[in-house]
Amino acid sequence: MNKPTDWPLYEIFIRARGGLDHKHVGSLHATDARMALEHARDLYTRRMEGVSIWVVRSTDITASDPGESAALFEPARDKIYRHPTFYEIPEEVKTL
Amino acid sequence: MSAAADELGIAHFDYLLQLADTSLVLGQRLGELIGHAPALEEDLGLANIALDLIGQARLLLSHAGAIEARGRTEDQLAFLRTQDEFRNLVLAEQPNGDFACTITRQLLIDAWQLELHEWLQQSSDAQLAAIAAKAIKETRYHFRFSASWLVRLGDGTAESRQRAQQALQQLWPYTREMFEEQEADRLLAREGVAPPLAALESAWRARVAGVLGEATLEQPAATPYRWHGRRGVHSEHLGHLLAEMQYLQRAYPGAQW
Repeated sequence: MNKPTDWPLYEIFIRARGGLDHKHVGSLHATDARMALEHARDLYTRRMEGVSIWVVRSTDITASDPGESAALFEPARDKIYRHPTFYEIPEEVKTL
Repeated sequence: MSAAADELGIAHFDYLLQLADTSLVLGQRLGELIGHAPALEEDLGLANIALDLIGQARLLLSHAGAIEARGRTEDQLAFLRTQDEFRNLVLAEQPNGDFACTITRQLLIDAWQLELHEWLQQSSDAQLAAIAAKAIKETRYHFRFSASWLVRLGDGTAESRQRAQQALQQLWPYTREMFEEQEADRLLAREGVAPPLAALESAWRARVAGVLGEATLEQPAATPYRWHGRRGVHSEHLGHLLAEMQYLQRAYPGAQW
């Protein structure tokens, strides 16, 4: 058997309760997706942390480059008009 | 108490001990792997299963103590009985061996417990039925875990397949004991406490054959020899396991956390 450190890495996402989003909780090693699900159940839901699990191969995630963060994110900084804070909300509207 | 009621009481107590001791001894065996499993992830997985099994054993031993009605608690039954008073399947006490051996032993017992817990939910013993209803959810996961591992090993590399087949050859003879019908079993089946063993056996065989087929492993031939854990006749391994498990209560009687 290969050393467990040779097993591919999986990222684990857990939905805490119905209606909430799956949130990233950590990662683990497993030989395949089914084993990753079982490991995630054993490692991350021991204390009733969740009702649903997603597993994704870490290599299948495409991430933005921190070196490009200026180009990607800073242009939004001076465009505060994109926030909906300039609209007056009628009093009759309780929740929006 | 009449002789017939007495006979049923003893059979009932012994039956609960068989279930409880099998879970307890297997849980203790899996506990030995904590810190030694092949991967951190498996370490936690096996420890979770061990804890489930010990939890089941606690409920069953408490219930057995109540049926016996001699005031023995779960702790007294677990820590103060000798080897020949243990009623577990001899399969459960077999050493962990390599990982294929641990997984094969687990699968054979998981499949047995799964069929048992399915049936026992309708037992005429209401407390036993309630324990089975709680345990079945845990057992379904145990079976899923051990079955998926055995398929990976059997249908894996040449070495993993060879080791899985070897573990199966080594452990298979111990499974006959599960379905060795005694007078007590017929009595318990008539009373609706426990399932008829013939039905249990065919369900177990079908379930195990399904996994072995998927794992491309060959089912070993039947051997005439049978072990008799239910009569307190054990292999040489149980004494060592109990010596470790019972050490604290033997050295410091009545010690509490």
